[in-house]
Amino acid sequence: MNGVERIVVVGASLAGLRAAETLRAQGYAGSLTVVGEEPHPPYDRPPLSKQVLLGRVHARDVGLPRRRAVEARWKLGVRADRVDPEERQVVLADGEHLPYDRLLIATGTRARPWPKPAQAALDGVLTLRTADDAARLTERLDAGPRRVLVIGAGFTGSEIASACRERGLEVTVAERGPVPLVGALGGALGAFAAAAQRAHGVDLRCGVTVTALRSENGRFTGADFSDGGRIDADVAVVALGAVRNTEWLEGSGLAAGPRGVACDAGCRAFTMYGIVTDDVFVAGDVARFPHPLFEYQMLSLEHWGNAVAQAEVAAHNMVSPAPRRRPHLTVPAFWSSQFGLNIKSVGVPTFSDQVVLAQGSLQEGRFVAVYGYRGRITAAVTVNRAKWLEHYQYLIETSAPFPPAPGAADRPAVPVTVPSDVPDPHLLSHGPTVALTGHLPDRHLTLVRHGRPGPPPPADEETPG
Amino acid sequence: MTPDTLLRRINDYTNRADPYPLYAELRENGVVRQDDGAYLVGTYYEIAALLHDPRVSSDQRSRKDPDPAFTQDGLTPAFIRLDDPEHDRLRRLAMRPFGPPHSPGRIDALHGDITRIAEELIDAFPDKGRIDLVDDFAYPLPITVISRLMGVPHEDVPRVRAWTNAVIAGFDPTPGQDPERRRQEARQARIAMGRYLGGLAEERRSHPTADLLSALANDDGPEGRLTPEELMSTAVLLLIAGHETTVNLITNGMLTLLRHPEALERLRADPGLMPGAVEELLRFEPPVQYLPQRSPLTDIEVAGVTVPRGAPLILVLAAGNRDPRRFEDPDRFDPLRKDNQHLGFGSGIHICYGAPLARIEAQIALNALLRRLDDARLAEDPPPYRRSPILRGPRHLPVERDATGTTG
Repeated sequence: MNGVERIVVVGASLAGLRAAETLRAQGYAGSLTVVGEEPHPPYDRPPLSKQVLLGRVHARDVGLPRRRAVEARWKLGVRADRVDPEERQVVLADGEHLPYDRLLIATGTRARPWPKPAQAALDGVLTLRTADDAARLTERLDAGPRRVLVIGAGFTGSEIASACRERGLEVTVAERGPVPLVGALGGALGAFAAAAQRAHGVDLRCGVTVTALRSENGRFTGADFSDGGRIDADVAVVALGAVRNTEWLEGSGLAAGPRGVACDAGCRAFTMYGIVTDDVFVAGDVARFPHPLFEYQMLSLEHWGNAVAQAEVAAHNMVSPAPRRRPHLTVPAFWSSQFGLNIKSVGVPTFSDQVVLAQGSLQEGRFVAVYGYRGRITAAVTVNRAKWLEHYQYLIETSAPFPPAPGAADRPAVPVTVPSDVPDPHLLSHGPTVALTGHLPDRHLTLVRHGRPGPPPPADEETPG
Repeated sequence: MTPDTLLRRINDYTNRADPYPLYAELRENGVVRQDDGAYLVGTYYEIAALLHDPRVSSDQRSRKDPDPAFTQDGLTPAFIRLDDPEHDRLRRLAMRPFGPPHSPGRIDALHGDITRIAEELIDAFPDKGRIDLVDDFAYPLPITVISRLMGVPHEDVPRVRAWTNAVIAGFDPTPGQDPERRRQEARQARIAMGRYLGGLAEERRSHPTADLLSALANDDGPEGRLTPEELMSTAVLLLIAGHETTVNLITNGMLTLLRHPEALERLRADPGLMPGAVEELLRFEPPVQYLPQRSPLTDIEVAGVTVPRGAPLILVLAAGNRDPRRFEDPDRFDPLRKDNQHLGFGSGIHICYGAPLARIEAQIALNALLRRLDDARLAEDPPPYRRSPILRGPRHLPVERDATGTTG
């Protein structure tokens, strides 16, 4: 098929698995190697901060269902060390060289660690990203800690806090921003989330940072806050967002950096010069891609649905001739469950300047909030009203005017449009799960390079910046 | 004939056996205003959008000219005829004892019961000669299942049947004898049925049982429970909708399979294909052909046509299900069809409450019939149909068997 006989997929989570399945579904019969740093076969992450922490499902029982046989060589428990685009091979940490005709980068993200390594290493200080993390955290919660400290009130932190309260555990949440979820949903809905947390007995502290994690004999015992407050706790969960796994691409010449690996709408990676490659593809949390609904800004999405959709497009395009390639145009969508609330979103709430409560009521905790940017609808978030989402997705897809046309039966008497109050991501203690990262395929990221030198730039070209 | 008479022609009983050419005409004409002021929509994407549009009401009181068959039917409106937030509250209260998240195992637990009832009904078939798959099977199966689930004693099932028939006849849109009398009878039947079910629920307040009525009467969620009036209309809705449509699904299913012997053999050889086949039946011959009671709460534009506030807006699901812009080769029955997001259960907030039950009932029923009736032929094609163009299905489905009898 187009001379493609060897495909390497680096990343053995949701995007890697779905890509491998799609390659086979497309009739690709050549060799297929899937490399994963974790020793486990692909598993599902959303339950790790929900059902697993509640003890309803064990962390080892969240394997992803297979859509079809993949017939791949699985290299699990091994890191990919680097990629050599000229020789077209991936070099693994165990020394093996994997030559490829097509490479898919699906290395995703990892939990951002606590910035002070000595405190991060304390017994009782955890992060939550992997199944092993979830097993460790669940074990700690089973032990009945007197108090749990959650640092960061993004989705993961909030879901952990919710699970703690559902288990009857005391929990303190520390958030540098003004309200929980502000980085994903803006201040207006964040205020609603704050009220929900407090109503469920969370000791929520916003506008503060954790200045120190205290310890005794290597055991975490409590924390100090920037406002002078302090608590005693037995467990601290660092929920400061994610770090994209791109370090291994340093020196590859690809447009890879802290914001992800830039690619075009067809999932083809860009080089550091903004030139699109034809043999290296990107999918999932690690990808940055342009989206026409959001002014072609590059988006980084940490969304389950995006990983699936983008992996399918990438896989299709990897084995298709140019005229048959498809764009990745899916409208971003995500969900969360916490404090008895089913929160769902379509579009990009942070790509907004205003928000209006279009249906339902905040008091009842059942509503649809619609976001607009310069007079058109760019996102909608439902709380316990997910069945309305499809309507708003249609409005987003068709760039319908904001605010939405009146007439809904359960529209508030006086719909009030307010600023969506989306903060600068720097104000948050956690990284945003959706990042609008501008128009350039590569910022000056590749200019700042440490250690291993990359391929020498052509002498007659200027370095972009 | 002009497109503004399409609804009358769809309702005309002589078109009951094959309304699909009319649906094709509807799709070709886009959104069509009928001579009585109703607007008819038959294209997939427009129907899907309207089913999700919060500006579209299911409440008759949103109409300019409300249909008294709905507004004066003797009970408070059930959630199927209400808008949010009332619809949302009542439906959630009704869902608590029926499905996830509070009762995830309720439907699965019925599997054995449904199978047993189906097998017993087939055991009672005569070894040869004529069987009416409606009266001998497709009717008694779902009404027995829903009665048990709700907690209606077996000996009362004939009363339930009589009330149901009267209620259904009350909103039959076909011209017929004395609609006012039919409406009165429907009203009385609905009240009688509501009182009956309310009485059963009342008994359970002091003596809780494992059935749905007991749960509806006793469960205290965070929002409290249904009022006695709400319980009556909810129970009437669940009981009627819980079997009327399933009869048609099973009967339309067997009729379609008997008309497609290759598909039938394929399914007989591999019962694991039945869940997909039932979805295709829901697309190909949906038990509810159109939704008659919507109307816009404000002027809305549908495919370039402005439908005025308060006008009857009729969504012809069965036409959308055969829309060639959505389904490849839509008039072909293909039990292996992929990407089959049909409108057979509607969509949006009013999506069929009982769909999980209807699905497993139809799957079990059809697999049992295929396994045990290996020699049946259609005795009449087309069979005689029920009156209703909305709840469309055969009134009788006579099949002949000439050989030695049941197998398996």
